Amino acid sequence: MSVLVLGATSRVAHQIALRYARAGEAIYVTARDGAEAQAIAADVAIRHGVPTGACAFDATDFDSHPAIVARVEAEVGPLTVLVVAFGEMGEQAESEADFAEARKVIDINFTGAASACEAAAKVMAERGAGLIVGISSVAGDRGRQSNYFYGAAKGAFTLYLQGLRNRLFKQGVHVMTVKLGFVDTRMTYGMRTGIPIADPEAVAEAVFAAGNRRTDTLYYPRFWQGIMGIIKSVPEQAFKRLSL
Amino acid sequence: MNRWVERELSGWGRTPRVRNLTARAERMADVAAALADREGASLLAHGLGRSYGDAALNGAGRSLLMPRLDRLLAFEEDAAHPQTAWLTVEAGVSLKTILDLYAPRGWFLPVAPGTQFVTVGGAIANDVHGKNHAEAGSFGDHVRRVELLTAAGEVVVCDAETEPALFWATMGGLGLTGLILRCTLRLRRIASPFLEVESVRADDLDSFLALSDEATAYPHVAGWLDANPAGGRFGRGVVLRGRHAADAPHDADAPDAAPRLAALTDALKSGLKRGITDALGGPIEPPAGLLNPQTMRAFNAAYFHKAPAGLHHSRSHYLPFFFHLDAVGHWNRAYGAPGFLQYQMVVPAEADHRATRAVLAEVQRAGFTACLAVTKTLGEGAHGGLSFPGPGLTLALDFPNTGEDLRALLTRLDALVAEAGGRVYLAKDARLARADFRRMYPGWAAWKATRDAWDPAGVFQSDLGRRLGLCGED
Repeated sequence: MSVLVLGATSRVAHQIALRYARAGEAIYVTARDGAEAQAIAADVAIRHGVPTGACAFDATDFDSHPAIVARVEAEVGPLTVLVVAFGEMGEQAESEADFAEARKVIDINFTGAASACEAAAKVMAERGAGLIVGISSVAGDRGRQSNYFYGAAKGAFTLYLQGLRNRLFKQGVHVMTVKLGFVDTRMTYGMRTGIPIADPEAVAEAVFAAGNRRTDTLYYPRFWQGIMGIIKSVPEQAFKRLSL
Repeated sequence: MNRWVERELSGWGRTPRVRNLTARAERMADVAAALADREGASLLAHGLGRSYGDAALNGAGRSLLMPRLDRLLAFEEDAAHPQTAWLTVEAGVSLKTILDLYAPRGWFLPVAPGTQFVTVGGAIANDVHGKNHAEAGSFGDHVRRVELLTAAGEVVVCDAETEPALFWATMGGLGLTGLILRCTLRLRRIASPFLEVESVRADDLDSFLALSDEATAYPHVAGWLDANPAGGRFGRGVVLRGRHAADAPHDADAPDAAPRLAALTDALKSGLKRGITDALGGPIEPPAGLLNPQTMRAFNAAYFHKAPAGLHHSRSHYLPFFFHLDAVGHWNRAYGAPGFLQYQMVVPAEADHRATRAVLAEVQRAGFTACLAVTKTLGEGAHGGLSFPGPGLTLALDFPNTGEDLRALLTRLDALVAEAGGRVYLAKDARLARADFRRMYPGWAAWKATRDAWDPAGVFQSDLGRRLGLCGED
């Protein structure tokens, strides 16, 4: 029984790893920087005394993903939960100026995320059990001028997770899509949002609980479902004139 | 790489308050990035904001918030010393995190200050002490190794053998020697998270001071005294002594913690209630803050009468014993918007506590009301030039920030303290004058020479450091 958290250096992902460790699960974490991943694994092991492992992970090195799943299974045990938490916001302006930058955003947030899910889906489907948690974003609910490459990649990831959920349902594997609104992380530090910002610890608790309930799509904080409902309902004729 | 955002920061006393650019480190790499992208401004690490004045503020430069660097990196029991373990952590880890995790496992910090809401980096930078200083020394005595990011951008690992001057200058060095990244500190074996507690009530200052000097088998000793009532009751107080219980069972005793905590909150509540009633019913205007001379007197009286007369033995969980004010949460807000100043001093031991009495008498003569007055007996110590503890009785007085008259009083106290060969605690300070500081800390020049060697351009600065001539230009 093991939980693999890809992209564990974010506060949210680290807290999710700690939450599963508190429940007694073995934890494997990855990050772009292998040393950071080791530090997080050490922290999880010291706090909760569970078996842990860590390695460096490159989201765009798609061919390496099945090997990482195999490594996790060999080091800490059969993979029961995959959490895809890595992501790259990118700079919209840079993506507009240089398509290589846009492509990187798409490769990390969509192609890399889908590739990692496929690798885990394979072993979970064979075993007929498992949970895949994909951290997507409310940015994927509607394209906006301020971050549409990131939004498009996350939107594609959301659709992908929907399809995967449909496919794996019959095989006993559950897929949960998580759409986060503002969370108190690096991206939002010091931002004047005008609406409450969620605590990473609270996000982790919500993700853990929703995963256990086999929730299909979790918006967190929950009111974001309402906000996005409104944003999605604005007619395109009007929406295209807005600067959101 | 870092997001620099302008925001207001203040210490626990909520005065002064500064607005400056701050970034929050989310991972280790952000610290080096902050050194690189500070755009020529000076830089200072900021932990949980529990130093009282301006020691952790850098209004003229930038601040880097450290509490998210809170990972525990390694734990090993000392093969040669079964009572010792070594914990390696990132600088932003709070003492609460460490104790929550390790007290139930039978390990404790050798030195615990009055609040557990401080980071390890802050505890080192202020070389904090606990109620057991005479026995255990200060926080720095239990730090084996520190990893610093220096002004040159290098990571320097220092300890008592490697770069010892930098290591000791960092103990109590107010964050001005470099950014503390990681450190390894000692944990001590305990048989139980409970303490055997002895409380003794003293009815006047003479008996209170005599009690404070009494030899005792309890390593943790703190006194609380009522500096407010007039006449013979002036200086009445309670001396609390504790030692970790020697017997193992924890869980069976768990309910013990609750009543003590409840007693304290009750005392606070009833004190506040009476004070507010007095204030509203009296001839003066309703207070801006909850704590004013009336509520303070009532609180202190309630606290005194809550303690059993004479000698009393009990058991207490470590939380209410070491950190009783933590239970009240943001008690600093009770002083209202002007905030408060804490005056903590130590003077070398004297048989008649002449200087301590002089300080208390001056406060009384000037007509000021100290909300809280706490004493501890300190032993040998002091590292690196700026560390506070030294042998003698330390007294801490909390005053609502009423302005210039208070500051004038504190300056008069500085003269008394310096004259007696004592000093004030920089972690609590917001107003000490440079000349008085130099009399109180004769090791300052040697400390500064070490600091300047590692940071010739004054990259690391604080408001307190500039005021006292510790960093940057004179």
